[in-house]
Amino acid sequence: MTNSIQEIANADFILATGTNTTEGHPIIGIQVKKAVRNGATLAVVDPRSTEIAGLANYHLRIKSGTDIALLNGLANVIIAEELWNKEFVTERTEDFDALRETVAKYTPDYVSEITGVPAETIKEVARGYAKAKNASILYTMGITQHICGTHNVFAVANLTMLCGQIGKESSGVNPLRGQNNVQGACDMGALPAFFPAYQPVALEANRAKFAAAWGVDELPSKTGLTVGEIIDEAGKSVKAIYILGENPVLSDPDSNHAAHNLESLDFLVVQDIFLTETAQLADVVLPASSFAEKDGTFSNTERRVQRVRKAVNPPGEAKADWEIICMIATALGYPMNYGSAGEIMDEIAKVTPSYGGISFARLENGSLQWPCPTAEHPGTKFLHVGKFGRGLGKFHAVEHIPPNEMPDEEYPLILSTGRRRYHYHTGTMTQRTGALEVFYPTEYLEINCIDAAKLGIEDGDKVRVTSRRGQVEVAAKITEIVTPGLVFTSFQYPDVPINKLTNAARDPISKIPEYKVCAVKVEKVS
Amino acid sequence: MANVTLTINSEQVTVPAGTKVLDAAREAGFFIPTFCHDPEAPGYGGCRICVVNIKGARSLMASCVTEATNGMVVETESPDVVEARKTILELLLANHPTDCLTCDKNGDCKLQDYAYRYGVGSSGFGGEKHSYPVDNSNPYITRDLNKCILCGRCVRTCAQVEDRQVIDFAYRGFQTRVAPAMDTNLAESACVSCARCVAVCPVGALTYTNLSGKGRTYEIAKKQVTCSFCDAGCQFDLNYKGDKVIGVTAKAPGEGRPLCLKGRLGMELRYSDQPLTPMLKKDNEFVEVSWPEALELEDVLAKLKELEK
Amino acid sequence: MVATVTLTIDGIQVTVPKGSTVLEAAESVGVFIPTFCHDPELSKPGACRICVVEIPGARNLPASCVTEATEGMVVYTASEAVLEARKTNLELLLANHPEDCLTCNKNGECKLQDYAYYYGVKVGAFPGEKHNYPIEEDNPFIVRDMNKCILCGKCVRMCQEIQGNNAIDFAYRGFNALVTPAMGTTYSDSDISNCVFCGNCVSVCPVGALSEKGMLGKARKWEIEKVTTTCPYCGVGCSFDLNVKDGKVIGVTSTDGDVNGRALCVKGRFGYGFINHPDRLKKPLIKKDGKFEEATWAEAIAFVKEKLGAVKANYGPDAIALLSSARCTNEENYLMNKLARAVLGTNSVDHCARL
Repeated sequence: MTNSIQEIANADFILATGTNTTEGHPIIGIQVKKAVRNGATLAVVDPRSTEIAGLANYHLRIKSGTDIALLNGLANVIIAEELWNKEFVTERTEDFDALRETVAKYTPDYVSEITGVPAETIKEVARGYAKAKNASILYTMGITQHICGTHNVFAVANLTMLCGQIGKESSGVNPLRGQNNVQGACDMGALPAFFPAYQPVALEANRAKFAAAWGVDELPSKTGLTVGEIIDEAGKSVKAIYILGENPVLSDPDSNHAAHNLESLDFLVVQDIFLTETAQLADVVLPASSFAEKDGTFSNTERRVQRVRKAVNPPGEAKADWEIICMIATALGYPMNYGSAGEIMDEIAKVTPSYGGISFARLENGSLQWPCPTAEHPGTKFLHVGKFGRGLGKFHAVEHIPPNEMPDEEYPLILSTGRRRYHYHTGTMTQRTGALEVFYPTEYLEINCIDAAKLGIEDGDKVRVTSRRGQVEVAAKITEIVTPGLVFTSFQYPDVPINKLTNAARDPISKIPEYKVCAVKVEKVS
Repeated sequence: MANVTLTINSEQVTVPAGTKVLDAAREAGFFIPTFCHDPEAPGYGGCRICVVNIKGARSLMASCVTEATNGMVVETESPDVVEARKTILELLLANHPTDCLTCDKNGDCKLQDYAYRYGVGSSGFGGEKHSYPVDNSNPYITRDLNKCILCGRCVRTCAQVEDRQVIDFAYRGFQTRVAPAMDTNLAESACVSCARCVAVCPVGALTYTNLSGKGRTYEIAKKQVTCSFCDAGCQFDLNYKGDKVIGVTAKAPGEGRPLCLKGRLGMELRYSDQPLTPMLKKDNEFVEVSWPEALELEDVLAKLKELEK
Repeated sequence: MVATVTLTIDGIQVTVPKGSTVLEAAESVGVFIPTFCHDPELSKPGACRICVVEIPGARNLPASCVTEATEGMVVYTASEAVLEARKTNLELLLANHPEDCLTCNKNGECKLQDYAYYYGVKVGAFPGEKHNYPIEEDNPFIVRDMNKCILCGKCVRMCQEIQGNNAIDFAYRGFNALVTPAMGTTYSDSDISNCVFCGNCVSVCPVGALSEKGMLGKARKWEIEKVTTTCPYCGVGCSFDLNVKDGKVIGVTSTDGDVNGRALCVKGRFGYGFINHPDRLKKPLIKKDGKFEEATWAEAIAFVKEKLGAVKANYGPDAIALLSSARCTNEENYLMNKLARAVLGTNSVDHCARL
């Protein structure tokens, strides 16, 4: 997020696109609702009629996978009506002409045809966004989980720069992170191309710096594999995988394929707190600690580093994950001896410029938002004031790209997947709470009444959902939350492993799979 | 000494012969509630809340008076045990005030602890309730017999001091109560206000008058001090609320020693941020006295003054 | 500069920004005034009247939470008239309140109990009718016992002003006044009720009317140790207190988080049960002939060393890949990055950010 969470409440205009905020991020949902109560205009872009869409002044119910067309359409109106921020564009951006040229054909009427959103609504939202004193864009996986995910993000960025709605309080681009420490895992270099703080491994100087810090002669220069590539190569060029607290068998697309590949490895180590679907495939399972049983820090979606504190001992012989990693490194001939998680943070601060001023001692007095380069630095509430990271903000003109797999005669419906309020990721934790799964025990497939009628399906019927890659059975819920032609369910129930169906086609840049669109057919199970 | 091995809740436990089941279970980390059991005066077996299931026994046995034997199989929380304990609690609560709201024992009360643990919110037994007047004749100790559960710990601890034995059970059945001789109030009795009885009372029947209303038990932190008035070394607790000592309470007498009022008053004067006004009984009436008199230091002081001259 | 006013509270000179209430002024110098319905984050109905003070010249005892401090004002927070009013207020509340502190889960952290003790008010001054509402416990998260409700309305305002769901409000009048979801239904009746079980109402209830179901019977308030930590679920990073008794997490309660204040969602507040779940892995497991067998740490680590070493020796470092975790801490992710690069010699380390 370029802004902080609490700034959302003070926004005059909020464009929430591809985010089911009140369910996926309820506490940010609170801020959005507060903004609306304060008089902000809320525009929600989502094919589904979610709770937050119900609160919106404008619900842009686009057809799945048409985000770029819509965002280009908004830019088209803003340029055509001379609402763009000329001062900002001139002083802080480059390649504006490319954008102007590309979006020229995305007239409201043309965009309306592609997206299904009325031309007048597109105009009103464009005007509202451009004219607002400050405007915040919120997005999540509805933007990124497409084969054109990166281009979707470019289109979002284009819009903010066009209107100068960034680099100030309550104005910016705010992707909401789905997991507690996705931000931190990225910051800490759990990425194939980067050391901590996004320092590229391809740069000799970075490798030299880390080699010196870590006391080794050299570090590998070849960019590593992404999670999708690792799973694809498992059993081929990749012979051994060490998985820490993840469950790709349920979370990865086309999961039959993922499970098959993991089974063909020479060696699989899984470190987790439960015997997950992935752990069951392992050669060795190492018992780890939950967040309540160890010290450390998480970094949230607004770059805020906060303490995790040990409250209880791990069960049985389970150990804190960092202790286990140290044991493995030491066994492999590289002694890692840290007395506490705080000592690891001290080392992180030395090699991670944006975390340079962060220590457990400082965090005792409250959280810190990076960049926080020195022990005196107060942390950073919002980014890009006066200048972007790369200097000038670059407009990346992008064209609408339809999804990789569109419905056809055999698979006539679009399946989209997402999250439920009462559950988390693959359900490893939330299916075992004694409360959440009691209240929300089974998953269902949202299907529009028109489709249901055509297929002879009644509410609660068991249906079989089939794609080119697999099938699952699930109860149908007839609802107007989804439009005709669209069905939706979550990936959070081991009983409904929907990722057997999803398409592993990936965005070529970010390698994110297209979870939000694949073609399926639905039949009643007799 | 020979050992015996028994099974408690499926766990093998080995203890010296002669050990009671209660102690064996507690030693092994199992919880058993007790009201009347006093480690300093064991073997009473009155309250029955400590009953356990012993395989082959003809009834549930009070663990505090049952000796552990070889091969014994004990269940401390079996359904019949829990049911018996609940019934005991219901019977006690049938005649107990429901004023935890303002009771000074709230938070440090065994009756409350066990009622919470076993989920006994109110008594299933309607019936008569006592309406004794609260005895606050003694300036140090408040006796509210409406809250007494007749565990007798006060009686036994008092009786351990040969020349005291001030209180005992009187009357029968529903009328049973703990009373000084001739059922007088505490002030008229031979009580010397040592507070041994207050230190062992599991409920709100005996409380310190000067601490009434001054703080909830969970707001108070206790710090143990040893009395230095004589060589007995009795233990007292300084009662802290925040950083202030709001009173001194008796914790335990020194080995074979009685505890005494003088010691407690001395600790009060030395440590308390708001020491109480000392009172002594003269001609059967409590009257305010000076600290030197309360602490029996008048002679010493007089001699010191003499020396000064 | 902010304009200020100076007033005298119980003989103490107090200077506060203009617009401050008498309550805020008193609190700023540590003078105690009890409150039930007041909450600094919520609107001020001035309803419960327990915070009344005496201000000579005022026509009655004004509620300090809604009375603005003015220049030269003289305030007595504990005069005889004030004490009498507060006692009567408490006596009236207690006239229709269950006497079950004995087993009430709020015992020890209950404002009604605190003030009754502080002012020495016992039950029974005003005998009268008592409510006998059924206890609402048809959902796994929150128990509502409206017999204990003192109608302070903080839950209503929390739901409206912070959570923004407007799931509950006052209904009926007089003795029958009641906080309830629309149509008098229960929280869990999702056809009518807009409740999402965030439990933020529970976090502000001053008495035992709203409780976390999972914590009932688990611990008295004074036995609980609270450990402030960060939620393990979504990326918002809410702070909360893990409630610990005897080495076990028995619940989650609100703290004042930098991100979330006291607000939490249903997962954060009620999704802690997995910590104590019997399925938790307690020993290393090694698969032998397709079946997992328990192993010691020494065996498991030696096995990992042997196998990873063999793969590296036979196929090179890039035949090994690491999936780190967006659920684990920064420190752990840092070590995974270091293990991959410095120890194993591969850059193939990633995690599930893309999923």
